[in-house]
Amino acid sequence: MMHSVPLLLQVADPQLPPSPGMFVLFGLIKAGVAFGIYMLCVAYTTLLERRVAGWIQDRIGPNRVGPQGLLQPIADGVKNFMKEEALPATANKALFVMAPAIAFVPAMITWAVIPFAAPLPIPGVGLISMAVADLPIGFLFILAISSLGVYGLTIAGWSSNNKYALLGGLRASAQMISYEIAMGMSTVCVLLLAGNVNLNEIVAQQQGQAWNVVLLTMAFFIFAVSALAETNRVPFDLPESESELVAGYHAEYSSMRYSMFPLAEYANIITSSGLMVTLFFGGWDIPFTQWDNAAPHSVVKTLVTLGAYFAKVFFFVFAFIWIRWTVPRFRYDQLMSLGWKLLLPMALLYITAVASLALALDFAGVVRTSMAYTGAFLAMNVVFVVLVFWVLDRGRIVSPAYSRIERERLAKMRLGAERSDLLTGKGA
Amino acid sequence: MQPNEFHPIAYSAAFYFFGLTALASAIAFVTRKSPVAAAMWLVNVMFCLAGLYVMLDAQFIGAIQVLVYAGAIMVVFLFVIMLLNLGHASELADARGRWGQVLALLVGLALVAPLLALSKGDLLNRMIPPDLAARAAAAAAAPTAGGVIGPVAEPLFKEYLLAFELTSVLLLAAIVGAVVLGKRRTDAR
Repeated sequence: MMHSVPLLLQVADPQLPPSPGMFVLFGLIKAGVAFGIYMLCVAYTTLLERRVAGWIQDRIGPNRVGPQGLLQPIADGVKNFMKEEALPATANKALFVMAPAIAFVPAMITWAVIPFAAPLPIPGVGLISMAVADLPIGFLFILAISSLGVYGLTIAGWSSNNKYALLGGLRASAQMISYEIAMGMSTVCVLLLAGNVNLNEIVAQQQGQAWNVVLLTMAFFIFAVSALAETNRVPFDLPESESELVAGYHAEYSSMRYSMFPLAEYANIITSSGLMVTLFFGGWDIPFTQWDNAAPHSVVKTLVTLGAYFAKVFFFVFAFIWIRWTVPRFRYDQLMSLGWKLLLPMALLYITAVASLALALDFAGVVRTSMAYTGAFLAMNVVFVVLVFWVLDRGRIVSPAYSRIERERLAKMRLGAERSDLLTGKGA
Repeated sequence: MQPNEFHPIAYSAAFYFFGLTALASAIAFVTRKSPVAAAMWLVNVMFCLAGLYVMLDAQFIGAIQVLVYAGAIMVVFLFVIMLLNLGHASELADARGRWGQVLALLVGLALVAPLLALSKGDLLNRMIPPDLAARAAAAAAAPTAGGVIGPVAEPLFKEYLLAFELTSVLLLAAIVGAVVLGKRRTDAR
């Protein structure tokens, strides 16, 4: 997508970038509005999680406060503010108080660089980019800031002066460093194709070619798993595993200070989903049409693309919740071997493959936006997907739990289940 | 798209904000006795340096500063500090006893003396930032392929490719060495 507009249009034309003064003014407006909506979404993701959990576990979930439980997040907030704040006598007070904020802020400011709709033309002002801060280093900014999220957890664990909390903090730092590497490596492929680190350019590249999930399927897989690990949710919630470490790094926290940690987690979920959408699912692009990318921008286009972006992000937020209530927790050694022995080598191999293929196609003179280019990448991805999910897997990751039992024993167990009517629940 | 025309006063204000915060954090870093608190102050220094890099229109260096130093190296530092479980903070002071403190003061003065000698008594005037804003704006005015990382990536992977690859081999050797050393100790137990 190009923003090239004929220069014979007037200066105050809404299709051109705004003046510096207007740029600052609208930057502030965008920051305020985006922050408000983001916080609202974070609050309501807590409700979404509890309702979806109820749905998955065949129970009701919170539905009493307001219609369908819609006022539950407000009630929870009030409850948390009214509760007593406990401060352990042996805690390092300054760091103990700061840790929840350190955990929350990185998730929030990462959101600032993600573009969430087509640029909005405002008459008399100019074309306003629909990202709070359209930084030239957009993507590196995200990597840099999200690498700071670990401090909140580690500092919370250390400053509590409690051995379970410390163990949780140590686990958090080890886990997040491990998966950050795989995550960074998986995104190198995206940067290779886009040739730029600006997120708007990455979205534009996907509009011109195809969504990166088609071009770089394995990179998306690695990124999704790493993002799940970075948010510290089941199956990667080792830092706070309640069965081993009580509540891990936030064992000593109470009231609103405690509440900041789950809120940071939900903020991270939304940011990770937004990032996945932007890097691999075309950002605010609407598939199978060039209408939304073409030059004369309008308010309608901005609103429609905003809707498309929200729908995609919602899908991934839902998927995060879905995974949490479906998959059990990893053992610690499984967590480490998945990160270091599978995801990292696979990401390195994939970078080599993507770089070689892109180089070969450029050398052969295949146009980047052509179907042949997309097809070549698609073919490579099919090979990788088959290799990883069927050959390398050997009944470990994606195969069902019973795949490691011998076939005869499985047949016997199934026969036994049929006889005792366990499946129908009528009893033998 | 991003207007790079800083107002000179805004530019100076930002320079002094980041610069003075960096200095204050650095002083806090060396005077704190708790290793974790010291490490957190050092993280703050990294942030302020990143801010100064961005003001020089070196956004890539700024992002890498945060990503590598604040986000990776300092996290590992913290990890090690927590694992070592160093004793009570008061036992960790480097300068112990009266004579130790006097010695520390003398070393400090010896380090400040060359700075004063070099500035020739004109220290305050030398603290005013040079006209960096104009230079930064000039650098931003010349657009290059590959956005802001193009000018870094092009020479790195073309002119200095051999040096780059040799450096990575050196780092690999260091990693292998660390693993070997770590392994020997566990075998001896």
